Amino acid sequence: MRMTQPEKNRYIEDEKKRRQRMKRIVIAGQLSIGILVIVLWEVLTRIGVMDSYYWSSPSTIYETAKVALLKGTLWSDLVYTSLATLAGFASGTFFGSLIGLSFWWSAYYSRISEPYLIAFNAIPKIALGPVIVILFGIGFFSKVMLAFLMTVIVTALAAHSGIKAVDEDLEKLLYSLGAKRRHVFTKVVVPTAMPWIVSSLRINIALALAGTIVGEFISSRQGIGRMILYAGQILDIDLVWVGVCVLSILSLLMYAGTVSLEKLLLRGQEPKQ
Amino acid sequence: MYKLKVVEASKIFRRDGQEVVALQETTMQIPAGRFVSIIGPSGCGKSTLFNMIAGLIKPTTGEILLDDKNIVGKSGYVGYMLQKDLLLPWRTILDNIILGLEIKGVSKRDARQRALPLLKRYGLEGFEDNYPPELSGGMRQRAALLRTLLYDQDIILLDEPFGALDAQTRLQMQSWLLKIWEDFQKTILFVTHDIDEAIFLSDDIYVLSQRPGKLKAKVHVELERPRGEGTLLSNEFITLKQTLLDLLREEPDENDTA
Repeated sequence: MRMTQPEKNRYIEDEKKRRQRMKRIVIAGQLSIGILVIVLWEVLTRIGVMDSYYWSSPSTIYETAKVALLKGTLWSDLVYTSLATLAGFASGTFFGSLIGLSFWWSAYYSRISEPYLIAFNAIPKIALGPVIVILFGIGFFSKVMLAFLMTVIVTALAAHSGIKAVDEDLEKLLYSLGAKRRHVFTKVVVPTAMPWIVSSLRINIALALAGTIVGEFISSRQGIGRMILYAGQILDIDLVWVGVCVLSILSLLMYAGTVSLEKLLLRGQEPKQ
Repeated sequence: MYKLKVVEASKIFRRDGQEVVALQETTMQIPAGRFVSIIGPSGCGKSTLFNMIAGLIKPTTGEILLDDKNIVGKSGYVGYMLQKDLLLPWRTILDNIILGLEIKGVSKRDARQRALPLLKRYGLEGFEDNYPPELSGGMRQRAALLRTLLYDQDIILLDEPFGALDAQTRLQMQSWLLKIWEDFQKTILFVTHDIDEAIFLSDDIYVLSQRPGKLKAKVHVELERPRGEGTLLSNEFITLKQTLLDLLREEPDENDTA
């Protein structure tokens, strides 16, 4: 065997390079599909294959949005909807986690409440919309309430699955180290359940947004939901599309926000289903 | 005076209306600073005995005395380590080791300062900020044992701590454990399946019989310390091994007849 091989024939597996190459191709593919859809939409509506009355077109949507931003109330509507969604999301996730985690403290309490939790989860919360509006008025708070109701039980159920996964041997170990129940709760139960709670975040943010929009549909003076409803009533379909696009972007941004929140909360652990 | 006395302790469970004897009345007297192994087939009540000493379950009859004080049903008086390392995956090695101190109420900073020299002395230097999945099985067991040591009780129960390790690592860990035992002067109770391991480590070996668990014999190991590779090949070692093998073989093997 020769000690040195000519430089040309040496083949070294470079994992980093391969990963980077894959990432580049994936991003390029993702971008080009998005661009293709927008271009097709524009072209097809211009040549009349798609009726621009119903489908609007990317350029018209862009122009309408500019007008709505500069001369209309799009910006304040956007802030209104975002705040209601975030408030409902945060409170729903927080109280949902508390409820779910509280089940660890007593097996009786947990088993007695479980069927009610599942029953409440089965109620389509959106159907409660009119009741919420009558109870809490047509203002900001009723939207927050709807977003809260959409998220709270989902989170409670996720946290409940989390505490079921607590390793009994870990509890045993902590007790052998002289731990009280509160130590086991803070040092083992909460961290164990965290990946479950976190995995509910991504679903929750979308649910909270849906709750808020429905609240605005039912009755509201502000918000993107109200704007869409109003635009529909006056048959301004371009403006409806503006609302839909703005909501999609908002939803994407909030999703990205939850992903960074996940990383912060988990520090190296994987989210669980 | 004995450090730990187990006085006619037994454990009976009731399962589907039938009483199952996990451990018959057992008496043990263990002097301070001894290394004591308990061997026996699976289902001989070794873990039951440990759980009772650790105060995690209550004996049906009998007493557990630590320095002549009854510790039945009281946890936190002895260090306890299981076969699984049970390191918390969301904590670094250093923060895992100080868990016992944290529960005692020592501040994280003080606890870390106390733990760091131990990490350095006992082969975990450079790993203090790693998370458990990044370490090998042997390293994780070291961390788990240091956690038990730092909790600082006079008695340490080790329930097959090296059972999941490969033979090579196991030998290293045994010598490492003996070093720690000599440095800290603890009383160690060690459960194992492995006769060689029991002889190599112990002053005394208790042999338990199969279900219902019962104390069968106590064998004193007269091998000189410090022990090393030569010990494993000495005549005394072989003779002891034969004695223990005979003791364990005497009972009918349920697996063969079933």
